[in-house]
Amino acid sequence: MKVFRSMVLVSSDPQSMLHGAEEVFQRFQAEIKAFGLEDEVTVSMVGDIGRHDVFPLVIIYPEAVTYGPVGVDQVHAIVEEHLYKGRVIPEFQASVRELSGRIAWLNARKGTVPAEQRIVLERAGLIDPTSIEDYILHDGYAALGKVLTEMTPMDVIGEIQKSGLKGRGGAGFPTGLKWSFVSKANGDKKYVICNADESEPGTFKDRVILEGDPFSILEAMTIAAFAVGADEGYIYVRGEYALAQERLIQAIEQAKEYGFLGKGIFGTSFNFDIHVHSGAGAYICGEETALLESIEGKRGEPRIRPPYPTTHGLWGKPTLINNVETLANVPAIIRHGAEWYRQFGTPSSPGTKVYTVLGNVNVTGLIEVPMGITLREVIAIYARGMKNNRAFKLAQTGGSSGSVIPASLQDTPMDFDSYARAGVSLGSGALLICDEDTCVVDLARVLLNFFRRESCGKCTPCRVGTERAWYLLKRISEGQGALKDLEELLDLSDNLYQLSNCGLGQTAGTPIRDILKHFRAEVEAHIRLGVCPAGVCPMHEEIPASPVIA
Amino acid sequence: MSDLIVLKESINELVKNVVEKHGASRAELIPILNEINRKMGYLPSYALEEVARLTQIPKSQVFSVATFYQMLSTDEMGEHVIRFCESAPCHVVGGRQVWQRLQEELHLQPGQTSPDGKWTLVTVSCLGVCGVGPVLIVDDDMYGNVTPDMIPEILARYA
Repeated sequence: MKVFRSMVLVSSDPQSMLHGAEEVFQRFQAEIKAFGLEDEVTVSMVGDIGRHDVFPLVIIYPEAVTYGPVGVDQVHAIVEEHLYKGRVIPEFQASVRELSGRIAWLNARKGTVPAEQRIVLERAGLIDPTSIEDYILHDGYAALGKVLTEMTPMDVIGEIQKSGLKGRGGAGFPTGLKWSFVSKANGDKKYVICNADESEPGTFKDRVILEGDPFSILEAMTIAAFAVGADEGYIYVRGEYALAQERLIQAIEQAKEYGFLGKGIFGTSFNFDIHVHSGAGAYICGEETALLESIEGKRGEPRIRPPYPTTHGLWGKPTLINNVETLANVPAIIRHGAEWYRQFGTPSSPGTKVYTVLGNVNVTGLIEVPMGITLREVIAIYARGMKNNRAFKLAQTGGSSGSVIPASLQDTPMDFDSYARAGVSLGSGALLICDEDTCVVDLARVLLNFFRRESCGKCTPCRVGTERAWYLLKRISEGQGALKDLEELLDLSDNLYQLSNCGLGQTAGTPIRDILKHFRAEVEAHIRLGVCPAGVCPMHEEIPASPVIA
Repeated sequence: MSDLIVLKESINELVKNVVEKHGASRAELIPILNEINRKMGYLPSYALEEVARLTQIPKSQVFSVATFYQMLSTDEMGEHVIRFCESAPCHVVGGRQVWQRLQEELHLQPGQTSPDGKWTLVTVSCLGVCGVGPVLIVDDDMYGNVTPDMIPEILARYA
C-alpha cells in the first residue's frame, strides 16, 4: 500500500458542489500531476466537513491547514507553494475566527476549551470515504476481525450490553438488550437493518456519518449480524440523500471485493450481504415498523406493536433495527472494550452524542460531545454565543418530536435520564437554538404543520388531531384565538399522546404541552391582548373594537 | 390520436425496461416507481397501470403507494420545480421572509404550477442540510443561506 506524504481533502457537501468543488477537485488532480507529485500527494472529496460558512473548503494534512473558499484559479498556487515548496499561503486560509465544528477543534482552539470527544465521527472528514484502504489504515475492520476470530456471538452482545450503549435514534432503548432479543428469537432467517431514514427536521448527523465514513456502518452491521445470527441486511436511506446512497453502494462493492461482505467472511463460515434501499420521501418511514412496510413495497404505515420487529420484522422474520449513529459506536466499543466506552458520558448514558447545532447562534454545525454536557455550554462554547448578542429564549431538541426547552433548563445535563426527570426529551440530536425574536405560537404552528403533513393518516387521533391542533394555533397566530382553544389544545395533546398508534402521533403534541407549560403568558397575550410579544405573528392589522379581556 | 399512441408506446417501453431492471416483485415497487418518476418527472396514471400489469400487483395498491410518498408525484409538474423547506430550523432563521418573497415573485400557492407550465412551487419537510438554512431546491440544485433578495437572481438562472 502506498504511503503519501500529504493528503488534500476537498469538501463535497451539496453547497460546496454548487460552488465548484468538483472543478476544484479536478484542477487539484491535474496540478498535482503537472508537478509530478502524484506518488506523494493524494486528493479526495470528503463530503460535509462540518463548516457552513465557506464553500468549498480544502484541508491539507498532515499540517491541517484549511483553505477556503477555494476557487479553481487558486489551485495552481496552492499546489506550487504548499505542496511543492512546503509554504502555507496565509491569505488563502479560511478565517480561523469563523471556524466551526470539528475543524475548529482540530487546530484553532486546541487546548483552550473542552474539545470534542469523537467516536462516531472519528474518521468522517479525515479519510477518503470512497477508499476501503483508507478505512482499513484507520483501524477499519479491526473490530470485525476481533469479533470473528476471538469472540462468540454471546461475547459480542455481552460487550455491547456492558458498554451501556443506548439507541441514538431518539428513544434511547438499550442496544445490547435489543440485540439479545433478536439473538434469542426463533427462526433461521434473520435480518439486520440500519435505519438511515433521517428525516427529523434539524438533524443531519447520520448523513455526515454515511457520507464521511460509510464503511463503519457496514462493519457495524456485519458485527451485529454475527451477534444475532442474521445473514442479510438492509440500509434504508432516505430518498433525498443521494450522495450517501452512492457512497454506500460503492462501499458495499469494495467490501465484497475484500471479503468483508458476502460468503465466508474473514475465511470463516459466516455469510452476510447488505442491500441499500432508497426511501421515497416520507418522515414516517423512520418509524421502524413503517420502515419495514416500505422495504416490503407498501405504504409506510406503522404496524400495530406488539409483536415487535425483534420477533416479527421484515417479511415476518426476527429483525434488528438500529439507527446509523448507534451502529457507528459499535466498532469502537469492540476495539477498545466496554470499560473504555464507559469513561465517556454519564453512568446512565455512557458515550458521546452527536448534535446538530442550529438557529440563532454564531456558529452552526455538527459536534460530537460526551453525554451530559449542558445547553449553556453548547451555546457558549461550541456555538460561540447567540447571534447579534440576543438573549437565549428556548431550544427545541431532537427535531419536531423533541421538546421545547426554556432557558431555565439550560443547566440540566443533556443525557437521557436527567432530561427525562426534567420532563423533556433529548430526541434525535438536533438543537435548534432560538432567541427572543422567536414567537412560541409561531414555532408551535410550524411544528404542527410538519406533523399534519407527515401524519400517515392510518390512525384517527393523529390524522385529525394534528390537523385540528395546527388549525387552532394558526387561528391564535392570526389574532382569532379564544382562551378555550388552549384547553382544547391541551386535550388534543393528551389524546395524541395516549391514543396514537406510533411515535409520530404520540410526540406530536409535545410542542403544545411545552409552550403552554413554559410560555403560557406569551400564548395568552395573543388571545387576551391581541398582540404577538415577539412581533412575529401576523395578528390583526387593526386592534379589535372591544378587546377580549377575560 | 396518433400522438397518444406514440406516448403510450414510449411509456410501455420505459416501464418495461424499468421493471425488467429491478425485477417484477413487490419489494421492488418503490424503486420502480422512483425511477419512472425520475425519468418522466411524474407518474402518469397510464404508467401506473402498466406497472400494475407487469408486476401483477393490484392497481389500487400501486396507486396507493404512488400517492403516499412525497418524492413520487401523480400530477404533472412544471418545467422547473422549486422545493422550499418549511421546517422549523429554516423557519426561525429567516425562512418566513424567503417564502413571502417567493410567493410575491411567482404568484403561486404551494402545490400550484404556473399557467405557462414553467414553475411548480412546493413546500417540503426538512431536507437535512439545516446548517445552511433557509434552504430551497430548484430541480436538482440546492441553495442554502437564502435571503429574500437572492430570490429574483436564483429564479433568473432558470429563465
